Amino acid sequence: MFKKILALTLTVLMLATLCVSFASCGGNKGSFEPVAKEDLKIGFIFLHDENSTYDKNFIDAANRAKEALGLRDDQVILRTNIPETAACYNTAKELAEAGCNIVFADSFGHEQFMLQAAQEFPNVRFCHATGTMAHTENLDNFSNAFASIYEGRYLAGIAAGLKLNEMIAAGKITADQAVIGYVGAWSYAEVISGFTSFFLGARSVCPSATMKVQFTGSWYDLALEKEAAETLINTEHCVLISQHADSMGAPTACETAGVPNVSYNGSTAAVGPNTFIISSAIDWTPYFKYIIDCAIKGDKIDTDWTGTIQTGSVILSEINETAAAAGTAAKIAEVKTKLLNGETKVFDTATFKKDGNALTTYKADVDTDDKFTPDTEAISGGYFHESEYRSAPYFDIQIDGITWLNSAY
Amino acid sequence: MNETKKKVSEPLLQISKRDAMPWWKSYLVRAAAILLALLISGIITAALTKANIFVLYKTMFVNTLAVVKKNKLVFSVTKLWTILQEVAILLCVALALTPAFRMHFWNIGAEGQVLMGAFGCAAVLITLTGKVPVPVLVLLMIVASIVGGALWGVIPAIFKAFFGTNETLFTLMMNYVAAQLISFSILHFGWGASKGMNYTGVINLLGANKRVGWFPSIFGQQYLMNILIVAVLTVLLYVYLKYSKHGYEISVVGESENTARYIGVNVKKVIIRTMILSGALCGISGLVLVAGTDHSLSTGTAGGRGFTAIMVTWLAHFNPAYMALTSFLIVFVERGTKELSTAYAQISDNLADVLVGIVLFCIIGCEFFINYRVRVHLPKNRKEGKAE
Repeated sequence: MFKKILALTLTVLMLATLCVSFASCGGNKGSFEPVAKEDLKIGFIFLHDENSTYDKNFIDAANRAKEALGLRDDQVILRTNIPETAACYNTAKELAEAGCNIVFADSFGHEQFMLQAAQEFPNVRFCHATGTMAHTENLDNFSNAFASIYEGRYLAGIAAGLKLNEMIAAGKITADQAVIGYVGAWSYAEVISGFTSFFLGARSVCPSATMKVQFTGSWYDLALEKEAAETLINTEHCVLISQHADSMGAPTACETAGVPNVSYNGSTAAVGPNTFIISSAIDWTPYFKYIIDCAIKGDKIDTDWTGTIQTGSVILSEINETAAAAGTAAKIAEVKTKLLNGETKVFDTATFKKDGNALTTYKADVDTDDKFTPDTEAISGGYFHESEYRSAPYFDIQIDGITWLNSAY
Repeated sequence: MNETKKKVSEPLLQISKRDAMPWWKSYLVRAAAILLALLISGIITAALTKANIFVLYKTMFVNTLAVVKKNKLVFSVTKLWTILQEVAILLCVALALTPAFRMHFWNIGAEGQVLMGAFGCAAVLITLTGKVPVPVLVLLMIVASIVGGALWGVIPAIFKAFFGTNETLFTLMMNYVAAQLISFSILHFGWGASKGMNYTGVINLLGANKRVGWFPSIFGQQYLMNILIVAVLTVLLYVYLKYSKHGYEISVVGESENTARYIGVNVKKVIIRTMILSGALCGISGLVLVAGTDHSLSTGTAGGRGFTAIMVTWLAHFNPAYMALTSFLIVFVERGTKELSTAYAQISDNLADVLVGIVLFCIIGCEFFINYRVRVHLPKNRKEGKAE
């Protein structure tokens, strides 16, 4: 009996202590005083850790920015494996409480939890990559960022097209066998915009190219991505693979099957020394430097920031000469110049059709609402204006020449 | 010859059932198990990080409740409340499992029952916010959560009571059905945060209905309400199991269905009634998760708590009062090892999981030494015996 009384007393005592209240943060409209560099503190929230190519890309950039700006270890806090639940909100609050001037999160599903924290800490800046809500919410301390990665994908597509041409010229495949396989994570705009720009890049040099897309329904699943790539190679007779999912699954499957691979998020030459051609990636270092700089100066961070080739945000990895076609570097340099001077547009409406017709008008869902209402005319001047009305991609047209083998929502 | 044979047949380890150990002694064994677990984890971590083992312990214990601010460790209010609310939800799910486990009904379906509670709550929040007065909305949220959880609990119970189906497999399968149902509903009804996402995003975060249907902050603490709800449930369930006729019937059915029948207990009724209770409590956990913590719904909302809770209730010998302690222990170890992985780049989150595993292994393992006596006969003695 005694131990039961003891246990009960302990429970009651514990619960009683819980009832002690603490004051919480909150209050007025945000104001940003300049911060001395040695007092600055920035916290990062990552969905996974370095095993995911997506998160590794952010983590590496955070470390590069830290080094470039000469920040100390204790000024940069990295929190990995934070799921898209209240755990993100709690972590953001912890970081704010630890004195961070900036809290950054890297995954789409983190956005609303960041927004929730931003409402409660008006003097801390909350920055979120890939999100869509900052430009309509207009909170002083909440901002989105992305990059015009479709331009990088287009350039990587050039490398893929040249490789296909090389295979056709060598008699390995006929022109109509130039089928690209693509492993996508989910069937929404970010992925669709990515593979369409990649495909248009490939088709601009190899006109007979077509593409088949297999979705995995996960951003990070090694087994599923590997399996999807194997299906594309063995069953669908794809002769070149690219992917937009974050594990080493597809590059590994390509290396095993000896099929060329155009990668994403950075070089995967380590697992594909004979098949890796090139990779496009977003380099977040310029953005991280920018937001840290804003905090030091006390400036407002751009509500909806889009990195480009010019800002150094859209980059290509080194070309693997073992796998790439001859002349890849020169051709990419040529097209890159045309992209930079505006001569070439990635989503030029003269280069793609939907159901046999060229598009002259398309309403995209740029402003987030419950019903996903298309609200903004995105085609004008002969091209689709991607990442111009909002940093995060909104191109979601299923164009001719690309076959969806499944869909994953 | 005979003598030698007799000596050889004496085993190296002799295991025999113990008489009941005095309670203080059993607690000493458990405390020793925790210390042993910490020692093993400490050695492994120290070997990997090349750090001083005491610095590691300090990191694990202090950083769990503190943040570094201007090179000083400062007590973190957020961390404390985050831990307490994690404890509360895990405890709530463990409470839900307890009546079923006491009845020896192996309900492995808490994950699904919590999800259904969360689903009920989120569905009401999404579809009815702004259309009905707030008190009605809150009432409907509560009802929908309880009904959702109870429904998922009672279906396997009915099959068990009337057709003798295996409740372990049945409840396990219901988890997957619940997850798929949520995925389907979010996509089919367009509840997703973005087109094509099977995740609702934070419900009522912005606009005219900002934070409608969310549990209110008490004394400025938004998680206090969760904790109070679970505290009340803990006391109620303790009394129900310990002092009510229902509680007694549950124990009897658990010990022996035949005895229960013999003394006139309606076994079918008890099974169904108890699983409605178990499911309803899971439903309340779902309500607390959606209205109090996450304010969103996805297939991952329950987050494995339905399975971790099995461990919580088992470690506490199905006693609600001890469960508060065991859930605190598990949450604290999880958070502590996570802090280690944040502080030391050499350790990944996966090692944190390994450390949690070591701690649980030691705690569960020590129950063996509480229930059994082990005598060791050293080989040296045996050799001597042979020489004689």
